Amino acid sequence: MKLKGAEIVIESLIDQGVTDIFGYPGGTVLDIYDALYARSDRINHVLVSHEQHAAHAADGYARATGKVGVVLATSGPGATNLVTGIATAMLDSIPVVAITGNVGRPMVGKDSFQEVDITGITLPITKHNYFVNDIEELPGIMREAFKIAKSDRPGPVLIDIPKDIQNMVTDFEPQGPVRPYDRIQPQENRIAEAVAAINKAERPFIYIGGGINAAEAYDDVIKLADKIDAVIGSSLMGISCIPNENPRYLGMVGMHGQYASTISQDDADLIIAIGTRFSDRVTGKTSEFCKEATIIHMDVDFAEISKNVTADIGVRGDLRISLPMLISGVDKKEHPEWRARVDELVAKEKGLHAETLGVDPRDIMEVINDIKSDDTVVATDVGQHQMWAAQYLTFRKPRKFVTSGGLGTMGFGMGAAEGACVATKQPTVLVTGDGSFGMNLNEVMTSVLYKLPLTIVIMNNKVLGMVRQWQTLFYGERYSNTVLEERAPDYVKLAEAFGATGVVTETVEEFREAFDKAYHSGGVTLIDCRIHKDEFVLPMIPAGQTVADMVTERGAK
Amino acid sequence: MAELKKDETRFVIAIYVDNKFGVLTRVTSMFTRRGFNIDALTVGVTESPEYSRITLSMSGDGYARAQMLNQLRKLHNVKKVEILDEKDTIERELLLIKVNNETDQHQLIMSCVDIFKAKIIDYSTTTLGIEVTGDSDKIDAFIEMIRPVGIIESCRSGVIALSKGSGSMLDTPDLF
Repeated sequence: MKLKGAEIVIESLIDQGVTDIFGYPGGTVLDIYDALYARSDRINHVLVSHEQHAAHAADGYARATGKVGVVLATSGPGATNLVTGIATAMLDSIPVVAITGNVGRPMVGKDSFQEVDITGITLPITKHNYFVNDIEELPGIMREAFKIAKSDRPGPVLIDIPKDIQNMVTDFEPQGPVRPYDRIQPQENRIAEAVAAINKAERPFIYIGGGINAAEAYDDVIKLADKIDAVIGSSLMGISCIPNENPRYLGMVGMHGQYASTISQDDADLIIAIGTRFSDRVTGKTSEFCKEATIIHMDVDFAEISKNVTADIGVRGDLRISLPMLISGVDKKEHPEWRARVDELVAKEKGLHAETLGVDPRDIMEVINDIKSDDTVVATDVGQHQMWAAQYLTFRKPRKFVTSGGLGTMGFGMGAAEGACVATKQPTVLVTGDGSFGMNLNEVMTSVLYKLPLTIVIMNNKVLGMVRQWQTLFYGERYSNTVLEERAPDYVKLAEAFGATGVVTETVEEFREAFDKAYHSGGVTLIDCRIHKDEFVLPMIPAGQTVADMVTERGAK
Repeated sequence: MAELKKDETRFVIAIYVDNKFGVLTRVTSMFTRRGFNIDALTVGVTESPEYSRITLSMSGDGYARAQMLNQLRKLHNVKKVEILDEKDTIERELLLIKVNNETDQHQLIMSCVDIFKAKIIDYSTTTLGIEVTGDSDKIDAFIEMIRPVGIIESCRSGVIALSKGSGSMLDTPDLF
């Protein structure tokens, strides 16, 4: 059939099985919005308050489901507002397709109104991007964008479509959702080397990351760990891949990783890194990182192998192929001494809990654990609250923890929580801080408009807690520009102004009551959960240092 | 060209890319983002119209070499990447150089042109335009030889290179 470019955009989305998109209209996407208007029975468009949050929402939607998230924005500022969201998705390898309008081709390059070179701007933060120069190419580009976004290591793809192209006509036939590129086969000799190293190991440690989500390799990781009697630790991105109740799973490793997880990673004689990239937040000083251990690195992205930490054995390939090969190759093992050592560390971790100065953030997380269901997605922003959530929240199912890892984007949370909520249609929780929330609170109106069952927990310490923690420890308690006390809004009034419910809690019991009510209310509630400004996130390995430098107790404060 | 650091070598990479708008930017942007320095770069059409061939010379240690290859292979418009092994490669560079013709050193100029099989392509009483082709070492040597005459302006094309033997790079399988 003959269709206009704008119609091809919408029909292509329908063809790819897209049911929800996030966006904000403007001059150069009027035609696309007009085409969307006619097809609103097939595509639910969520109108956000700012394009950045639309990008985060598409990202949160993708994280919660594994489907490709879609965001639509206009040219110029609409497009540049997407940049932080696209970079966030890029750093965490999340499949997102971003569609932007641009000025008509005769106007391109003339500094026309709301013109910006968004393909140039997003070149280093997209997996790939397109400027559509020819209407004949549009249907193919729409399909290829989805293919690239979801294949191998997923990532964001941007399509910039000039306004005149949107009004040109060409043939379009639906072809059904694109299949990803063929899975990448691992090399058998590499698997054999890995098998030999695993069979020799006495203290094996499996270190997983977000790649486990992308490959949905959850069961294979557990099978491998069971067979070789290994323990498992995860990066921030690997949280919720393995149920916390699994006794082999020790939690997060790294700068603010759990004590037992981080120490046993350092004690291991073999690290099997799967779908993860040895971020500096995990390794600290790379020259000292797991110095004694043999490192096997398995990833679909060959460029990750030996990028940050040199791998003794690199296994490049799709984890859905390489992990079963590895599992069938290795000998069944038992390592009672290793497990006893890990058990000791776990026991020690229980006794390490540092004294708190007010409401214990861990207790707040425990309340959330008690009340949320196994299907609840918890999104976070970035800072101390994020680390507490990573350390103390527990999950039974994958894709339930939505957080910005690589880019560390304050302001990610509201959009991401909305995206996850739209995707799952379940009560959703956002754990945020007063600093991060200040960057995205205008999104509350979107949640109210769409009647999203969203509970927003502001861990309110009236300071930029994580930065303050560094200022306390490394900058002589000079709290430069991190005190928010005098600008703190009245969150109850703020919530009410947006049509949401607001409540202040000052004790764990008050919080439990408020959270329980909010979670079951079916609407948007903002809980101003007061905590002390000098709570620390512990343990902590200062940046660029080693496990030996781990701080487990508050010092001067 | 920058001085080589310890463990660094200089190498030539051939890259087949889609012959499309903006692809060169994608390649060079990756180099900038990952902190690799390009010594010279040439790009042009190839035997197949849908591809362009980029020849790039750079220096780096084993880590830079491996990272650069892997990051290049990830780019969607990059079809084929290979490091060209010096001993199995034919390599050429073109130099255009304008030198002073007002000295009494005509003999030196003529012997340089002779020895290096260079061509005088522009002549005036004040200046000479000379063309030299060869591998990069030969070009370096020519420049040093002719320097005493007085170099007014010069321009090098950067290396272009093909591997020896019967096959085309496009037909060889990728090995990771």
